[in-house]
Amino acid sequence: MTASGTISKGLFRGFNLRQKTILLTSFISLLLIAIVASNFFIDNRSMSTDFESKNLAPSFDHPFGTDWMGRDMFIRTLGGLGLSIMIGAIASTISTILSIILGLLSSVGKIEDSFVSWLVDVFLSIPHLLLIILISIGLGGGATGVIMGVAFTHWTSLTRIVRAEIKQLKTQGYIQVSRNFGKSKWWIAVKHFMPHLIPQFILGTILMFPHAILHEASVTFLGFGLSPHEPAIGIILSESMRYLSAGYWWLAFFPGLSLLIVVLSFDMIGENLDKLMNPKKAHE
Amino acid sequence: MRLREFKPSVTIFFWKLYSADVLRKYDLKFNGRAKMKHRKFGIFIGKKIIRLLILLMVVCIASFWLIEQSPIDPVRAYIGEMSIQPEQRALLEEYWGVNTPSHEKFFNWAKNLLNGDFGVSLIYRMPVTHVIKERFTASLILMASSWLLSGVVGFILGIIAGMNSGSLIDKAIKTYCYVLIATPTFWLALILLLVFSVYLGWFPVGLSVPIGLTAEEVTLFDRIQHLILPTLTLSVLGVAQIAMFTREKLIEVLSSDYVLFAKARGEKGLDLVLRHGVRNVALPAITLQFLGFSELFGGAVLVEQVFSYPGIGQATVAAGLRSDVPLLLGIVLVSTVFVFLGNLIADIIYEFIDPRIKQQEATQ
Amino acid sequence: MTSNAEITVERTKGDEALLKVKDISLSFSQYTSGLRKTEIKVISNLSMEAYSGEVLAVVGSSGSGKSLLAHAILGILPSNAKLSGKMEYKGQELTQERKEKLRGNEIALIPQSVNYLDPLMRISDQVIGNVEKKSEKLMKELQRDIFHKYDLKSDVDRMFPHELSGGMARRVLVSTALMNSSKLVIADEPTPGLDEKNLNETLSYFRDMANKGCAVILITHDIEAALKISDKIAIFYAGTILEEANIEDFKNDGENLRHPYTRALWNALPQNKFQAIKGHQPMQDEVIDGCFFYERCSIRDEHCSKGTPQLKMINEGLVRCNNVS
Repeated sequence: MTASGTISKGLFRGFNLRQKTILLTSFISLLLIAIVASNFFIDNRSMSTDFESKNLAPSFDHPFGTDWMGRDMFIRTLGGLGLSIMIGAIASTISTILSIILGLLSSVGKIEDSFVSWLVDVFLSIPHLLLIILISIGLGGGATGVIMGVAFTHWTSLTRIVRAEIKQLKTQGYIQVSRNFGKSKWWIAVKHFMPHLIPQFILGTILMFPHAILHEASVTFLGFGLSPHEPAIGIILSESMRYLSAGYWWLAFFPGLSLLIVVLSFDMIGENLDKLMNPKKAHE
Repeated sequence: MRLREFKPSVTIFFWKLYSADVLRKYDLKFNGRAKMKHRKFGIFIGKKIIRLLILLMVVCIASFWLIEQSPIDPVRAYIGEMSIQPEQRALLEEYWGVNTPSHEKFFNWAKNLLNGDFGVSLIYRMPVTHVIKERFTASLILMASSWLLSGVVGFILGIIAGMNSGSLIDKAIKTYCYVLIATPTFWLALILLLVFSVYLGWFPVGLSVPIGLTAEEVTLFDRIQHLILPTLTLSVLGVAQIAMFTREKLIEVLSSDYVLFAKARGEKGLDLVLRHGVRNVALPAITLQFLGFSELFGGAVLVEQVFSYPGIGQATVAAGLRSDVPLLLGIVLVSTVFVFLGNLIADIIYEFIDPRIKQQEATQ
Repeated sequence: MTSNAEITVERTKGDEALLKVKDISLSFSQYTSGLRKTEIKVISNLSMEAYSGEVLAVVGSSGSGKSLLAHAILGILPSNAKLSGKMEYKGQELTQERKEKLRGNEIALIPQSVNYLDPLMRISDQVIGNVEKKSEKLMKELQRDIFHKYDLKSDVDRMFPHELSGGMARRVLVSTALMNSSKLVIADEPTPGLDEKNLNETLSYFRDMANKGCAVILITHDIEAALKISDKIAIFYAGTILEEANIEDFKNDGENLRHPYTRALWNALPQNKFQAIKGHQPMQDEVIDGCFFYERCSIRDEHCSKGTPQLKMINEGLVRCNNVS
């Protein structure tokens, strides 16, 4: 079967792979932006308690049902997703900055390089979730604790990628020429390596997002993260555990599913951007 | 007499010379290589042990420092919600060393560690080593069974997807994996709990053994019944990574020159995949599975929390939430060793079992 | 393209060609940066014939798609390849289905390097291939025989590919073709990096096979090596065959050579004038209307730039050029 045969089928009939990829990516991005934006429009009243309509199963009025205090689960979920995305964004950005610094540091010299790879090894040697918990506890918990816990543990893979990329760039002729001209190592790192690495950073940040969000939710679910007053998905789900045996399935089902969809969306954006940048992967 | 003695000895002499020559040849070829390998392996393990010791030291210092930073009050953690007299409080404060300088506390702790004393757990009121041993054993059963299950199922799914790449079944498996990778572990655990325990009533809602029974009364069946859902959750998620990896690796192998040649020689279909694909994908896949100990541990923490499975994960959460510092630090150290072992096995497979690596060394 | 149904010219030899390749073209679709789709044409309107008992050398520069010709005959092209044209084997059309039945059986490939052996499988298992249990023992004996003939000692059987020396690897690869009753052997670049002695030895294996009645297609970039053992030489250029010459045509200073490119190649040899030809082959994504050799040709005229020249029979050889007679 030729590649063109597989593309012109299905939902996106009539589009080629390029158009399809761009369209899909834009659509998902819009969805995510809408989720974050909706947070600014949720007024406090809809989050407030309403004991007359508590523990309602999903209906037209309350698509995700209501909880034991009569709060609308759809709005709570929306708020939780917005919060998750924002925390994910902050943590991923910090993580990316860390990997930029460490990646460039490893390009400076042999000692620096082995230090960076040793640091990566150390961070990978403690179970990831446990390390986040530990950092979160160390920073006194709360939003800062989670964000830092997630941020300080997700830089390892991107740093490795950056390191490998730089190693490869170093073998290129123009880097040698630059060095022969007596340019300093930092000058070379910033002027020559950075332009090549920026796409990697953008992609790396986006691909880090889903991990960051999932870890934030997990840590919060366990009780180390955001405080119970925040509308975080982790909090919603951990609260729902108390009502499971009562059969209030919607308390757990929809918020978790929404989280899954958000994580999947980020994954898809990352994958598609990767495909656009590295066309070899599109052949599969 | 002399002559008679001499003659056979000459034959023996020559035979020995000959055989020695033959043996030496073999020795060089086989034993020589084996001896070299043994020696290399010794050096390798030695290096790894030194690495582990340095790593543990760093982890000790770092995690102790982190906990010191936090506003944890060990006395409050110990007494819980009880109210106590100021004198008693002062006594406890001295016992827990609240007012001793950090570095002194660290050295005390480290000195005890070297003697095998991890301290006493605040919440379980028994030695940390004891708690960890009991809890880790329970978790090990959970982790080992789901590790095996996810490894086998993931590998098979990956092979099926890889050999049919581009087909409907491949897309189905790929989609399944993508969705699973994005699924929050604890949410999946909740859903399974909801479906199988709450609605269908097939499995108990919590605890690894029924409440109110002594250890002897717990049957194997009880244990297994309480193990199934956590194992299922943990392995369903573990499947995704290994399946995707196997799939990609198999596609890579199937587009290799040697598979092309095998096809040119008339091999095809499942036979071809089994003969060349599985052979070349198996070792990397097993290696990856061993590298996944860290994620496995994290998954166990979440799953145990949802199913109230009394393993090391649940103990971790309890220790963290209730500020049981000695237990938490003990768990950090033990889990570090656990992850290290996984990586070590992966390294051994990579360096000593896969013949291709020897090839690269030979050409260097 | 105007050249359809070409080789209709009668051969002087009475017997039918074992393999006829008629006017095949091969292209790949590919994605480039930003997921734009492009098509790359690797082989265009290529025709050739291989006869039992003869060695046909396909000579062309490295990386010009010669290997893909071999893969096309065997039906082992990647999925994004598009093949058109017709092939005949023993007078019957060689469909993909038939290729799959014949390969490893009557049609054998001898690959270029040890990379074509499974790195994790012992040599004897690979050479024997995938056989039924009951014939395993017989095949094992046959394999031992062949190895013995090629001076491969019994410890080679248990080795992994990476343990083979270069010369051993070469002989192991050649011996794979002898395991079956091959009638057509396609050797893909079997002689790179060999010294004079090894080269001659390897080449003699192919001559042997032809002498025993096989049709051998020797794909190579080394025209000198090809000249040593071949009966016919096909000159591969920019994805097509410009000339199929008999070995005698290369004698007498190459006077009887038909195509200007073949002459140029001949002149470029060290023992001849040692003159390299200027320019380079057209790129695979270039679209060329006209003779592929137009840019570098010394005898071109204006109508060479329009329409591909027909393949014609001149002096018992085939040539694709407007200006020879």
